[in-house]
Amino acid sequence: MRTLVWLFLPVAMLAQVNVPYERIRDANQEPGNWLTYSRDYSGQRYSPLDQINTGNVSKLHIAWIRQVDETDTFETSPIAVDGILFVTEPPNIVEALDAATGRPLWRYRKELPNDLRLCCGKVNRGLAILGNTLYYASTDAHLIALDARTGVLRWDVTVADYKNGYSSTGAPLAVKDKIITGMAGGEFGVRGFIDGYDAKSGKRLWRFNTIPAKGEPGNETWEGESWKTGSATTWVTGVYDAESNTVYWGTGNPGPDWNGDVRRGDNLYSDCLIALDPDTGAKKWHFQYTPHDVNDWDSTQTPILADATVAGQVQKMVVLANRNGFYYALDRGTGKFIAGRPYVKQTWATGLDEAGRPMRVPDAEPTVEGKLIWPSLGGGSNWYSSTHNPKTGFYYVNVKEEAGIYHKGDAEYRAGAFFNGGGQRNYKDEEPFGAVRALEVATGRLRWEYKLHRPSHAGLMTTAGGLVFGSNLSSFFALDAQNGNLLWRFETGGGIDANPISYMNQGKQYIVIPAGHALLVFGLD
Amino acid sequence: MKVALSLIVSSMVSLAAGTEPKTKLPNSRADLLRGEKLFQVHCSLCHGPKGEGGRGPLLTRAKLSRAPDEGALLKILEDGIRGTEMPGSPSLSDRELRQTAAYVRSLGKVALRPVPGDVVRGAEIYRGKGGCARCHSVRGEGGVAGPDLSVIGESRSAAFLRESIVNPGAAVPEGYLLVTVVPTSGPSVTGLRVNEDSFSIQLRDAVGRSYSFWKKDLAEIERERGKSPMPSYRGQLADAELTDLVAYLASLKEAK
Repeated sequence: MRTLVWLFLPVAMLAQVNVPYERIRDANQEPGNWLTYSRDYSGQRYSPLDQINTGNVSKLHIAWIRQVDETDTFETSPIAVDGILFVTEPPNIVEALDAATGRPLWRYRKELPNDLRLCCGKVNRGLAILGNTLYYASTDAHLIALDARTGVLRWDVTVADYKNGYSSTGAPLAVKDKIITGMAGGEFGVRGFIDGYDAKSGKRLWRFNTIPAKGEPGNETWEGESWKTGSATTWVTGVYDAESNTVYWGTGNPGPDWNGDVRRGDNLYSDCLIALDPDTGAKKWHFQYTPHDVNDWDSTQTPILADATVAGQVQKMVVLANRNGFYYALDRGTGKFIAGRPYVKQTWATGLDEAGRPMRVPDAEPTVEGKLIWPSLGGGSNWYSSTHNPKTGFYYVNVKEEAGIYHKGDAEYRAGAFFNGGGQRNYKDEEPFGAVRALEVATGRLRWEYKLHRPSHAGLMTTAGGLVFGSNLSSFFALDAQNGNLLWRFETGGGIDANPISYMNQGKQYIVIPAGHALLVFGLD
Repeated sequence: MKVALSLIVSSMVSLAAGTEPKTKLPNSRADLLRGEKLFQVHCSLCHGPKGEGGRGPLLTRAKLSRAPDEGALLKILEDGIRGTEMPGSPSLSDRELRQTAAYVRSLGKVALRPVPGDVVRGAEIYRGKGGCARCHSVRGEGGVAGPDLSVIGESRSAAFLRESIVNPGAAVPEGYLLVTVVPTSGPSVTGLRVNEDSFSIQLRDAVGRSYSFWKKDLAEIERERGKSPMPSYRGQLADAELTDLVAYLASLKEAK
């Protein structure tokens, strides 16, 4: 009977794809769908589904697998809408898959120029959907709109010139009638920005430059002309607070990465969280995590909007475990620092002052000979998602305990060429390791950890079933969200560099993780 | 930027290097001095302060087999050599790579001293008195407990080989880890760690038998870092025998 429906009613089924803004805003009313990068606007990557839970997760097994053609790292976070998964695949493919069977419904492939300037492969982290249009940012720094029913191209606009080192890797964010997107290229001396586009026409409506121009406040934090090549990119998806109409978006390292001599000053707005008005792109406030970063500690990871009680008062916070090794809780209305502390070993700062500014250890910066510093350039955590479970109140982060020997080198800018100013050697005297850590939202205090043999480079998702799903190397696993006990694991056979999602289809909950060169979907009988 | 940067930087620059038919290296005194400095930081740990070799091969020779031209040399400096312990140096800028390459080439202008000793006698000691073939293999013959030595002369200097024979613990190859696992029930197993993650560990014992354990079934994992199962030959071989054995090992290179 199901086959019959499939054969005779495909148009009716696909025509149902319609996700107006209100559905994303009210995503908690339809917990079986995953409508935006982090499921809802909060960035919590929390699934309210509980069919798979601590009592039965040990029986989780593979439901279907979708192999991908290309071998670039597979970092996508799919969108799940009413029985269809929308997925980006390397190098620049978008697919719609039947969420029950894994069979493809359509495929769109964008051909790429062969002279792209990329630091880290032809990766893509996902899509946005609005109405019946899908949006993704292609590696060559275009923003693409596709008909979600057919994969047919609606429009394709150039965000920036890839020949000057610009690229795009992150999923856009659909807010009201606009598509907001960041960009990448932090190793090429670009000038970062966040853009807002009209969802219907693709017309750019605003641009927030993450490095102020001459005469604008903040430009004085860059020496000479260094602001023109100061990077501060925006390569991971931000979040949105509908109540205050504010978008929060992180920014990346200043350029050149490891040689700060040519850009003395705090280098605003690199390594910041920016609060923006999505209607105009105007900045409401900013908070800089790592002033004058010389370790490549981007702050682009998705922040999390969470509420926590402090001294009997519920405080609306925006929190994250930063790549620089510190956890931060900020007031999301004002950007004021509430609390912060190291969540991994770090040796570059003695702590954070009352305003949240790091107090640097003298000489803890790259040298020509090499300087040993914790954490490594990979950071205490990286671009992949942390997660927050409102039921446990914990913030979960997949951490790296690892040092690097940082070098300072040449810092000569040439358009479209690498502009690193040094790098990092691995420190081999101590074996690095990883852990999933549960932190108190309001303070960052450690509540439990599940130790991992090696650092991970993959994100977490927590669920109402009392679970935290995560990855380490090629293993995908589930922990008890209350205490960190291992409840289930699966060897996927391929390295995992992505975030999990969950969806419901025909009454069954599924868990999704890209691993190696395949999309793996798990379910119960 | 991401962790994967190094790999990609490598491929980008190698692409750039590969598109140039003739690559010229800088040759000013300032460039060579800068190249020497970079060599000391990034290369000397393995190749020796003057390129005389060590854990890595000596570079004081006119022709480097894997770098017949400057483009190939730059690519190796940038990418490393896959399947060997030679890492890439993605943090170096294009100019720094060229300066380092220029310094490496300048090392080849120094006259090469031949490795002393008798290769034929060394081969006899290897198979006979030394008993090396019990644990090591050369061109498919020998034991499996120790590393294959078929091309060891390509990657290790004579001085390093000599030291590794009298003091094996100082010459343990990267990633070579002796492990003893103690199961909660059943006998302990000692062997080389061939793989490990958060949940399981795999070993290979001295006769090449493979083992796999779930960590939850183990009472203990003892990792013997910096230890080698190889005995020291200090006092076991005469100085001249040692010299001949080193000469034989240094002669083991890829067939031309």
